[in-house]
Formats: sequence, structure tokens, C-alpha cells
Amino acid sequence: MSATGHEHGHDDHGHHHKETFITKYVFSQDHKMISKQYLITGLIMGFVGIAMSLLFRMQLAWPGQSFPIFEALLGKWAPDGVMDADIYLALVTIHGTIMVFFVLTAGLSGTFSNLLIPLQIGARDMASGFLNMVSYWLFFLSSVIMVTSLFVEAGPAAAGWTIYPPLSALPMAQPGSGAGMTLWLVSMAIFIASSLLGSLNYIVTVLNLRTKGMSMTRLPLTIWAFFVTAIIGVVSFPVLLSAALLLIMDRSFGTSFFLSDIFIQGEVLHYQGGSPVLYEHLFWFLGHPEVYIVLLPALGITSEVMSTNARKPIFGYRAMVASILAIAFLSTIVWGHHMFVSGMNPFLGSVFTFTTLLIAIPSAVKAFNYITTLWKGNLQLNPAMLFSIGLVSTFITGGLTGIILGDSTLDINVHDTYFVVAHFHLVMGISALYGLFAGVYHWFPKMFQGRMMNKNLGYVHFWITAICAYGVFFPMHFVGMAGVPRRYYENTAFPMFDELTNVQVLMTVFAIIAGLAQLVFVYNFITSIFYGKRGPVNPWGSNTLEWTAPQEHIHGNWPGEIPHVYRWAYDYSKTYENGEYIIAGQDFVPQNVPLQENEEEMNH
Amino acid sequence: MTALLTLTVLVLVAIAIWQMTKIFELSQSKTDNPEVANDSDNKNNGYLLFGFLIFIYGITIFSFVKYSKMLLPEAASEHGGEYDQLMWVSFGIIFFVQTITQALLHYFGYKYRGQKGRKALFYADNDRLEFIWTIIPVIVLAGLILWGLYTWTSIMDINEDDDPLVVELYAQQFNWTARYAGDDNVLGDANVRLIDIDRANVLGIDESDPNGDDDVIVKELHLPVGRKVNFKMRSQDVLHSAYMPHFRAQMNCVPGMITQFSFTPTVTTEEMRLNPDVVEKVRRTNELRAKWAAEGKPNSDPWEFDYLLLCNKICGKSHYNMQMKIIVETEEEFNKWMAEQKTFKASMTPAE
Repeated sequence: MSATGHEHGHDDHGHHHKETFITKYVFSQDHKMISKQYLITGLIMGFVGIAMSLLFRMQLAWPGQSFPIFEALLGKWAPDGVMDADIYLALVTIHGTIMVFFVLTAGLSGTFSNLLIPLQIGARDMASGFLNMVSYWLFFLSSVIMVTSLFVEAGPAAAGWTIYPPLSALPMAQPGSGAGMTLWLVSMAIFIASSLLGSLNYIVTVLNLRTKGMSMTRLPLTIWAFFVTAIIGVVSFPVLLSAALLLIMDRSFGTSFFLSDIFIQGEVLHYQGGSPVLYEHLFWFLGHPEVYIVLLPALGITSEVMSTNARKPIFGYRAMVASILAIAFLSTIVWGHHMFVSGMNPFLGSVFTFTTLLIAIPSAVKAFNYITTLWKGNLQLNPAMLFSIGLVSTFITGGLTGIILGDSTLDINVHDTYFVVAHFHLVMGISALYGLFAGVYHWFPKMFQGRMMNKNLGYVHFWITAICAYGVFFPMHFVGMAGVPRRYYENTAFPMFDELTNVQVLMTVFAIIAGLAQLVFVYNFITSIFYGKRGPVNPWGSNTLEWTAPQEHIHGNWPGEIPHVYRWAYDYSKTYENGEYIIAGQDFVPQNVPLQENEEEMNH
Repeated sequence: MTALLTLTVLVLVAIAIWQMTKIFELSQSKTDNPEVANDSDNKNNGYLLFGFLIFIYGITIFSFVKYSKMLLPEAASEHGGEYDQLMWVSFGIIFFVQTITQALLHYFGYKYRGQKGRKALFYADNDRLEFIWTIIPVIVLAGLILWGLYTWTSIMDINEDDDPLVVELYAQQFNWTARYAGDDNVLGDANVRLIDIDRANVLGIDESDPNGDDDVIVKELHLPVGRKVNFKMRSQDVLHSAYMPHFRAQMNCVPGMITQFSFTPTVTTEEMRLNPDVVEKVRRTNELRAKWAAEGKPNSDPWEFDYLLLCNKICGKSHYNMQMKIIVETEEEFNKWMAEQKTFKASMTPAE
């Protein structure tokens, strides 16, 4: 059953239903189980997505070479082990789709919103456990359809993850725009439904089910991030749904929303009056906020992990909340910076340049606040902490080049080159993945009954990944500035790009090493589920409420009464005026500890 | 340099593994919380964070030394110089901020690595500090925005002043065609519905529009140096993007509409071939190609520099090879070349 609003007087939670295997592990309505389902589905999709990237990186480094692994994995798409140009585009497309939507939206936000929202705000479960379950299973269904699309006769969708029509609308333009694209669109439509159900649930839960004393200004920054992410999702995902529906109609029912004046393969098509630019607007109205849907949860996780492990309050809590809100607001009015050279009115380009560079300000504030949080801390360099520091590093490196791309003038010559690829992989891809890893290492004990992941394997995982991430994406900026366009199957048709082949080799080698390093994580993850050492209830000495719940998962999260909250989540290393810790011998004061005598109260 | 980088990577990885095994041994001795970082983990990873800072600087320097010579040569168009200037100023700011913030981040990670008994500073707020680092980005970005918008507006102001040459760039899977407006400098109306392959009207030019009679259709783009060119882009099938990196120019070609871009070429192909950066690049490339030729690889003939028009919007299977040569030449050479071309009217097969 779900906690339906009556947060107080829920003390008699002793009654337990008999649970079968099906209700406990498959069609579970418990947020903790659903979060694990999201995580594991997301990780499996991530495995597929990353493996694809390694395949096309090999093609880029050694164009036209025959590899037995191509033949084994791609079959008829790699005759004699040489990758076909169509499947190259398909790999690029599905890699993007899977990583953005299935791993970093569902896998990251789905996992940690589900796990942490009820536990950190002090709720028995989500507002609607049933909708939550439906949300996961729709996600699962869309994943299955997306993976199925890899096996259709004419190949999967191959028009780029942005699937711009007319390329995506006309099977004559590209074989992947046949059944593969239909499945892609169906999968995404279901994914959007899943995401909306999830987001609505998160919003309602955060607004209504906070425990006594948990005011909005006492919420941990994780919850603020998940909450605002859910709002952005509700605002922007429906627009993508409309784009997808109109595209389906153009494809299957002969409408002309996005198509006009087309002559292909010797004949004129009947389409008249539509505009591909309209599709671009609709797509990026989601597409850009999507970047922040991916990134904000990672930043929320980083805030929490960093503060806990620095044994210091997060610096500038209110500024952090304000930045999250500012980023969320601005994120919905910057989409046009993807379209500076799309043929839209140049005046619009000016407006979008203005709003885009504005969004750099809250982002800069966040970065500075993270750095100050480390200052004079007592840093416990657990793997989660390292991933959080790594996130700030890639967020800065990748974010700074946004100043180039957000400027309509400078975008002209680097638009759609590898410069863009390098930029967004660092700022949202790698950063968000680091956030995901930080979250997994940090909350693993909460997910798996107190078992902890092996820290040494975690260190190996982090350091190899951190070095290789820069090794892949730093030199890539130069490839872009040399003018190499993205989504080229090979660059051999242009002698001016010949000398960049060596750079491609370097990047690919780093990418392969990074891919292998993820196997260390997979091994660590799986063995720790079964054999991980059990730590104490609150292994990181954290203030938030989830660590007051017992390690064994029980329905309703806390036996007996839900803990009340008396302070914000960041009273780390807080002292009396005489320099003694508030609780003697302990450098943290959990949120459920009442204010002590003589203790200075923060404004929360 | 590559060796140095590889070496650094290997050393860092080796340190990681070495300390991992060491701590494995240590953790065998009974501690209450084996999977939580202890003082020695903090120490090792603190040092590694510092090493990582050096790695970031190292890979930056490495990339600059090794790769900056591979970037595009100086701009060959009038607005391109301004573009490059804005680009380098932006990069200056970026590198300044990057160097400082990465240093602070990683140095703090090293300096304040945890030790038993150490007390962190309870430091939750400082309005003045936050104001400072809000206002500085505001000012810097305001400057960049104003400069950028000023440049953008002048680049995108496509007008008929200064007697521009009017050229249509026509995109289709997977090649480019150019159409000159001819003596009247006005393009004839066109629509894909009027395409008649049998009669060689491949661009769908309206035969009843007299403006189209003197249009010239070619597969190689010739431009006179120093004269403004107004490009009108069309596409007949899917989205394409006309990307002319040497001129810092790009615009998408969208089926159903005509998009525009305008620039003035300032350096002829001949002159660009003598540019020292280009000479060096051609030398390096041909060295590489000679090596490939020795290995018997295809596509390894010596290369001569040319300006190119590339497709830069995914358009299907052969997207990676959709290109057209651009030749910038003197006014006389251009006129001579133009005089040799057939007009649309002359090239049409007469109707039966």
C-alpha cells in the first residue's frame, strides 16, 4: 500500500502483507525496489550504449579496416568485418538515444529520485506506488522496443538521435527510416509516458509527503534537484511527444507538418507547406531542457556526497537552490542555440545567444560553491567523493566551451563539428555519468541492505575513467576546430583531415581503456550485491534521514513513527562557540536531532 | 610527446593499482569499517588528485603543442578575421578560468585530504563572496554577448549593397550544385516540382521565367576575390548544411525554403596555397600520403590545397563524402571562366 497523504498518525505500521515473489521483485510498488529496477535496467542499457560507441570509435580510428568483432556483432552490416556506412549512422543514433534517455534520464533520475525522495523527506513511499510501478514498466517496455529495433530487416533508426525530418521521415532517404524509425518513435512515445508518470509522482510526493519539520528550505539539495528536474520534465517532455506524434503522422498518414517540396529518387512527393525547422523547434524545446534533466540530478547527488565527505556544510545552500531554479527556468528558453544556422530568423539567434550566455551565470555559481565547499574541509576521499570532484572538473571544462557554442557568431564555424561532440560529452555525458557513479557508490548500502561496494576497486574504476575521459574528449576539441564534421562515417574523403587520423587513434585507445575500466565497476557491483561487507547503519556519517532507516528494507521505510526533522541537512562539523562539536565526539548532527541548548540556529 | 603522455597515464594507473594492493593488505587487519576511506586512502587519493591536476595541464599543453598546427588556417573571408579575433579572446578567457578553477578544485582536494582528528571549518555562507563570483561572470559574459551580437548582426545582415554576386547552392543526396544568376544577376524561379531529368532541368528552374535563361549551372564553385557573394541555399530532399570552414561560413539547406548566407572572399586559392601554415600542412599531409602509398593503400595520391564546401548535417549513407571544390580567383580569371560556361537556356534539351 502507499502512504496516501496522512503523514502523521501513521505509527501503526505494523501490519504486513504476505508478499509473493512477483509482488516483491517484479511488480513491486515499493519505491526502493523500483529504484533498483531502474538502476539495473539503466546499467544494462548503458552497457549496450557504451559498447556501441566503442564500435564506431574503432571505425573512426581505423577507417574501413576489417575487425572480426564487427562481423560477429554486426553480421550482415559488416561484410568481411568492414563496417557499413548505414550501420555506422545507426550506431551513432542509437548510442545517443540510449545514453541520453535510457541511461542518464531513466537510469540516473529514475533510480535516485525513487530511492531518495521518500527516504530523505521522511515518507512511507511515493504518493502513488501504483503509478510508480506503471512508470517503471513503461520504461522497461520502451527499452525492450528500442533494443528490438536493432534487429529489424532494414536496420535501426539512423538519422541521428535528434531524428530531424525529412531524413527520418522518408524510408527512401535512408533504410533506417523504415521500420527501425517506427519502433524508435513508438519506444520514445512510451518512454515519455513513463517519464511523465514518474515526474508527476515525484512532484506530488515532495510537495505533500514531507515529514514534520521538513520545510522546503530544509530539504537536502538532492531533493531540490530531483524536484525541479521533475518539473522541467513535465513542462518539456509533452512537447517532444507532440513532435513525435506529428512525425508519425507525416510518415504514416501523409500529412505535411514537417515536409515540403521534396524530390527524391526520381519523383516529386506530394508534401507541401510543412517545415523541418518547426520540428527542430519542437525537438529542442525538450532537447535542451533534457540536458538539465540529465545534469541536475547529478549535481544534486554531488552536493550531498560532497558535503558529507568534506564534513562541511554545502557552501551557499540558498544560492545553490536559487541556481537550480534559475537553471531550470532558463533551460526552457535557450533551445534555439541548437539552431543558429538552421535557417531561422537571425534575430531569434540574437535572443537565444543572450539567454544562453545568461545560463552560464548560475552554472558558474554552482561550480564556485562546490570548490568552496572543499576549502578547509576534512575530505574523506571515498570513491563517491572522487566521482563528485571529477564531476565538478568535467563540468567546468565542458561548460566553459559552451561560451563558444552559445555565441551565435562563434557557433557558425564549429556547429555540428567534433567541437560540439567534445563539449556535450564532457559537460553532460561524463559529468552525469560521474553523478550516477557517485550515487551508486554512496547509496549502495542503502539499496542493498547495508552491503558496501569494494572501495579499492572503486578507486581503480575512478582513476582510469577520469584519465581516459579527458584523454578521449580533450583532444576532440581540436579535431572539431580543424573543421571535421560529426557523423562522418570516415574522414578519408578529405585530405585536409588526413593528419587528424592520429588524434582519432589516440582517442579511440583511451575510449577502449575507459570501456574496459567499466567492467571493474560491473564486477564490483555484482559481487558486492551478494558478498559485499556489511557496514554500519550510517557508514558515511551522514545527516540525512535515509540513514536513520533500518538496513533491512521494510515496507513503509521506518518501523514505528517517521522521524521528525529539526534542522537542515548540512550540520557537519558544527560547533558551539567554545569549539566543541554539538554532539560530543561526533562531527555531524543528523536532521532528526532536536536543536541543542546554546546552539546557534541557522536560518533553516 | 605521445610517449610522455602514455607514460604519465601508465604511471598514474600503476600508482592506483599499487596503492590498491597495499590497502588491500592493510584492510586485512581488523578495522571497524573496511569499505570507508581511512587516512591512508585519503592520503593516496589526495596525492593522486594533485597528480590529476598536472595531468589536466599536461594534456592541455600536449594538445596545443601537437594539434594546434592542424587547425584551420587564417580566415579567407572578410568577416572571418573578426570571427577569429572573437574566438581567440573567448579562448583566452576560457583558459584563464579553466587553469585557475581546476587548480583550486584539485589543490583543495589534495590540501584538505581527511585526517583523523582534523576539524573541518563550519562555513555555510558568505554573501559578499557569492556576490563577487556572480557579478564577475555577469560582466565578462555581458561583454562577450555584446561583441558577439554585434558581429552576428553584421554577418547575418544579407543585403543587396555593393553589387553582390548571387549564387544558389543546391543540395541533394549526396552532391552539391551551384547556380549563378548570370548577366542579370537575378536567379530564375525554381521549384522541385519543375524538375525534368529527361530535359536536363535538374534544379527545377521555371522555364517561363526569363530571369532563369542566363543562369549558369556548375559543379565547381568559382568565386572572384574581393566581391561580396550572396548565397541562396536550397535542398531537394533532406536537410543538408553548406559548411565552408575556411571562410567561417555555414548555413543549413532546408527543403521547402530558401536560406541565405553572405561573405566576401579575401584570399585566392593561389594565395592560400602559399600561406606558410598551409604549405606546412600540405607538406605534412603529403608525407603521410607518401607513406600510405608505399604501403599500397588506396586514396594516397599527393594532395594540393583547395577550399571546400562540405555537407555538415547528417543526410544519409554518403553524408561523409558530400563535397564541392571552391576556387577563389581574380576577377579576370573568374570572368574568363564564366564566359566558357553554358547558360541554362543553351544547356536545355529542347522540348519535343
